Amino acid sequence: MTGTLRKIAVPALAMLIFLALWEALVWINGWPNYKMASPSDLWPAYVRYWELFLVMGWQTLWRTVLGLLLAIVVGVGIGMVMGFSRTMRDALYPLLVGFNAIPKATVVPIVALMFVGAHDFNTVLIAFMISFFPIAVSVSIGLSTLEPEYRDILRALGASQATIFWKIALPKTLPEFFGALKVAVTLAFIGTNLMEIVSPHGRGLGALFDSGKTNSDYPLMFAVLIALAALGILLYYIVVALERVFAGWAERQPG
Amino acid sequence: MTHLIDIKGVRHAYDTASGPLPVLDGLELSVDEGGFCAVVGPSGCGKSTLTRLVAGLMRPDHGEVWLHGQQVKSPRATVGMAFQNPVLLEWRTILKNVMLPLEIVPGGLRGKAAEERARYLLALVGLDGFEEKRPSELSGGMRQRASLCRALVHKPDVLILDEPFGALDAFTREDLWQTMHEVKAQEPFTAILITHDLREAIFLGDQVVVLSGRPARTQHVMTIARQTAPSLDDLYTPEAAERLNILRHEIEIAQGRAPQTAPEATA
Ligand SMILES: Nc1ncnc2c1ncn2[C@@H]1O[C@H](COP(=O)(O)OP(=O)(O)OP(=O)(O)O)[C@@H](O)[C@H]1O
Ligand SMILES: [Mg+2]
Repeated sequence: MTGTLRKIAVPALAMLIFLALWEALVWINGWPNYKMASPSDLWPAYVRYWELFLVMGWQTLWRTVLGLLLAIVVGVGIGMVMGFSRTMRDALYPLLVGFNAIPKATVVPIVALMFVGAHDFNTVLIAFMISFFPIAVSVSIGLSTLEPEYRDILRALGASQATIFWKIALPKTLPEFFGALKVAVTLAFIGTNLMEIVSPHGRGLGALFDSGKTNSDYPLMFAVLIALAALGILLYYIVVALERVFAGWAERQPG
Repeated sequence: MTHLIDIKGVRHAYDTASGPLPVLDGLELSVDEGGFCAVVGPSGCGKSTLTRLVAGLMRPDHGEVWLHGQQVKSPRATVGMAFQNPVLLEWRTILKNVMLPLEIVPGGLRGKAAEERARYLLALVGLDGFEEKRPSELSGGMRQRASLCRALVHKPDVLILDEPFGALDAFTREDLWQTMHEVKAQEPFTAILITHDLREAIFLGDQVVVLSGRPARTQHVMTIARQTAPSLDDLYTPEAAERLNILRHEIEIAQGRAPQTAPEATA
């Protein structure tokens, strides 16, 4: 009981202290809100635009999640191909690394031009492109480093490759997979926002940020940043919760 | 005369970057039903390869492997395996780990019956009370006991043990030797045990096969008549000392460290 209380109270307190310090910093320096808005400036922005925040936040959220789901499907697929076949691993690895090395900020305008007007599609595509790499790599490493004895205990009984995958390879790879998913969820979020900011007539929190910029509504811009942070925390902890459920066994026992 | 395990003139080589590596050459080995064959040989001579051939995980380049009068061409559900690495699955409890083969083999026990079978075996090796624990909560010796239960749960004809006690300390190892005898009294099986411990070989085996250095062939076969369940004291009798002496000498020959003459004493 005191444990759960602690788990909520400690981070909440940390956040309050952070907000207080921020407010104090702005107040002491006497910064105008176009230089740095303070937490007390944000509140009116939320009150004024709460409907927009809900609509745009939802836009950002669903496109991020869709992009991430796509990244999971494709990343796990590529990871499985590379994990089971040495040849495919040797063939695909440099390609993947090269693809991952391209700064996505340069890809965003290209995609935006390629599929003009397909705003939802573009956003999901960028979220996907930026986030599938860690998933593919972790799954391929997890599968290719499976000790042969693990395979042999089932193979010696006549188990099929599919059975070995479901019973052993997949669960054994889950901790690595969730580790990668935590990275991927943040990346997907960055991808979504990049596209929302760059794409004209965009939707989502990125577009709200952009409109704050064009209207010189600085408190709005800061309010969007905080809303993005809140969404990011939400998504991250959803992944953590899923990890607890599906790969909780991998957590080190205390002591 | 037919044996439960028959290995006839087996030859095998691995393809490696620097050409074929001959590992087995002219391997002969027969084990009667209920027999316990201990296999010793120099490090890297091809002992694990032998177990993979018997399990049907590989097919030899030449020669034949027969189990129960049938030539082994692919894996079959009638073998149980245990390795030096107990390879227990951390996401399953000990009980569920032991039950794993029953989920794979055709016609394996299901549900309550499967659970009872697993509990019975765990109790037999002294692991009652640990059914719901995770593998990481057990000591090395206990994990190896659980691994043994998993190898036996589907009542295999043949138990293939590849240095299962190799990573354990001497006391734990001796405990497990006695457990092996106790289990064998309750759960009859035919076994091939790979080991690098000569005392283990003569304590558990009724047949000790010495393999030559790579490529391995059958270099020496020692039969040990065994009427009753032995005690560890049997390892300190003059006969045991003589057997160990012979085996030690055979290993030296296999390693190429001794001339190929038998010691004066005979078994
Ligand atoms: N899949 C493989 N491909 C190529 N070479 C292999 C392969 N497996 C084993 N070898 C080689 O074949 C030889 C015999 O291997 P094996 O594992 O059967 O020996 P072992 O007697 O069990 O060794 P140890 O005493 O170390 O357990 C070794 O030199 C090993 O390096
Ligand atoms: Mg070996």
